[in-house]
Amino acid sequence: MTTHYLFRSASETLALAIHRQTFRRCLALLGLTLTLLLFYLCLGSTRIPPMDVLATLLSPETSEHRFVIQTLRLPRGLLALLVGAGLGVSGALLQQIVRNPLASPDIIGISDGAALGAVLFLAWLAGTVSLTWLPPVAIASAALTATVIYILAWTPGSTSAVAPIRLVLVGIALAAALKAVATLVLVMSPLSTTVQAYIWLTGTVYGAQWKDVTGLLPWTLCLIPVALLAARALTLLGMNDEQSRGLGLAVGHYRLLLLACSVGLAGSAVAFAGGMAFVGLMAPHLARRITGQTSTGLILGAGLTGACLVLLADLLGRVAFLPQDLPAGIFVSGVGAPFFIYLLYRRRS
Amino acid sequence: MLSTLPVKALGLTLCLALLLATTLASIALGQTAISFATVINALFNYDASQIEHIIVRANRLNRAVLAALVGSSLAIAGTLMQAMTRNGLASPSLLGINAGALFFVAMAFTFLSLTRLQDYIYIAFFGAAIAGLLVYSLGMTGSASRSPVSIVLAGAAITALFLAFTQGLLILNRESLEGILYWLGGSVAGKPLSSVIPFLPFYGIAIVGTALLVRQINLMMLDEDVARSLGQRVAVTRLALGVVIILLAGGAVALAGMIGFIGLIIPHLARGLFGRDHRWVLPSAALLGASLLLGADTLSRFIVPPQEVPVGALTALVGTPVFIAIARKRSPTL
Repeated sequence: MTTHYLFRSASETLALAIHRQTFRRCLALLGLTLTLLLFYLCLGSTRIPPMDVLATLLSPETSEHRFVIQTLRLPRGLLALLVGAGLGVSGALLQQIVRNPLASPDIIGISDGAALGAVLFLAWLAGTVSLTWLPPVAIASAALTATVIYILAWTPGSTSAVAPIRLVLVGIALAAALKAVATLVLVMSPLSTTVQAYIWLTGTVYGAQWKDVTGLLPWTLCLIPVALLAARALTLLGMNDEQSRGLGLAVGHYRLLLLACSVGLAGSAVAFAGGMAFVGLMAPHLARRITGQTSTGLILGAGLTGACLVLLADLLGRVAFLPQDLPAGIFVSGVGAPFFIYLLYRRRS
Repeated sequence: MLSTLPVKALGLTLCLALLLATTLASIALGQTAISFATVINALFNYDASQIEHIIVRANRLNRAVLAALVGSSLAIAGTLMQAMTRNGLASPSLLGINAGALFFVAMAFTFLSLTRLQDYIYIAFFGAAIAGLLVYSLGMTGSASRSPVSIVLAGAAITALFLAFTQGLLILNRESLEGILYWLGGSVAGKPLSSVIPFLPFYGIAIVGTALLVRQINLMMLDEDVARSLGQRVAVTRLALGVVIILLAGGAVALAGMIGFIGLIIPHLARGLFGRDHRWVLPSAALLGASLLLGADTLSRFIVPPQEVPVGALTALVGTPVFIAIARKRSPTL
């Protein structure tokens, strides 16, 4: 196996194989992401030369730019990276599980579930309960939504208990209902809440603080490795159920585990940055082009491209229309929606 | 299912009775309950000095008329779409036609200073047509046409696209957000009776067109090849149906915003009652769709009084379980 890098635990219960070329390309993507982050830190209403940025990062105490970089731009950039990575991986897992390259957490209702939870929170509890409770509420409602989708898509007795197609259809239906309820809550709540909640629904990392970064980081750090370790199962889940069962996979268990990963990643990302649509859809497709079709490459690639996408979108939102600071979600949709049409168009033939 | 002719005729009469009952309820019930006798008096023997008469004439009546028009439009559009695609999940809201119309109206609202409702109706037609063409060409042509899910996914994608654009637009221009948000949730309240007049000619054209096409629709329900071998010009029929659908769905959006799921549920109900013969299915769908929206609108006044809930949210909540039930069946094809 000279073509792969292998990582194994001592007892060989956990193993991860990465194709060498995939590994190199992932490294290249990582480099691109870090370069983008550097640009992100340089640009803005005050421009800071790259060397000064690096100096500030290395020795913050002596720098004049400490406030701008350490307090304003760095947490916001990091949050954008984490959100993008979470949504990208979530979309990659979902597309593989439901075997449909058009699936993504925002189309099958998981993001809408999280968003509704957050909107309800903003409308009813924001005055009385601390905003730190917003993320858990959003994640919990994403999980609840996913559970409902899973249960409703369940048909006992058939060969595959949860058929991917039914999962998608039920998800679309629930997404529509959840959107309607969110609109309902927006209409019923006072106008100041409405505008705040509406901007949040579009997806933004505006005003990110270090506590947001540290709040989201554990989710990303726990769930992406779990997905990577289950990458082999993910490859098999992409085949039909009979094949993957024939190859010895506990299809139901792994589908549930990976679905839970996907929901956790999407829910936590939405909790901190709102309904950033289309990232979960676009990132896996770009990743397939860049880092290849293997599951490991797909997960890593989708995470990195997702991170780049959101970072770039937020950079545009910050600097393109100065002095206005626009939600990153607008730019992601602006790119993502035509991309989606293109995907649909290509799928026809 | 109703099988013999007299039973079907009776069924249709009952649908008509339901429409009358829901219309009366919609006029009589609300924050101020008005007795039926007063309603009748206000309609036929108007007395401008009585406050209840004014409520009926100025508020409740136009609302009921609007709800009936929008409800029947959406139901007919949904029935035609399901027949045309032979897909039980097709409907104006799910396939993005409502969202397309909405986006273009929102754009006109933000950038053009149109004052006449008529202009908004034209723009809604345009948006509905764009979205409809997109969904149709993405989901119904090539190899994609074999899977009933592909058109639903295409529709969900187009909906997501137009909603995202609308959101972006509203955030860039917050003043219009306030004006448009209620309409985004779908509502038939607060419009003068004259606001439906620009839509009436299109509604008439669509109804007449549907009536003329009903035989072709029945043949299309069978199979495209069968229809073609029976001498149908399938492409022409489809085009004509497309125009009718866009007139109905686009007009409904221009009048009442995003009201979902009526176009999905009602066709199933109508086919469940009257079978596959669209000479019966279409009129019953129109009556039932109007009744459903009238009923939902009446209900929307009582959920969190004294506020009113946008009726679009209500129909979505009713519609979702139905959609899921259809999706859970083995195949959504008709």
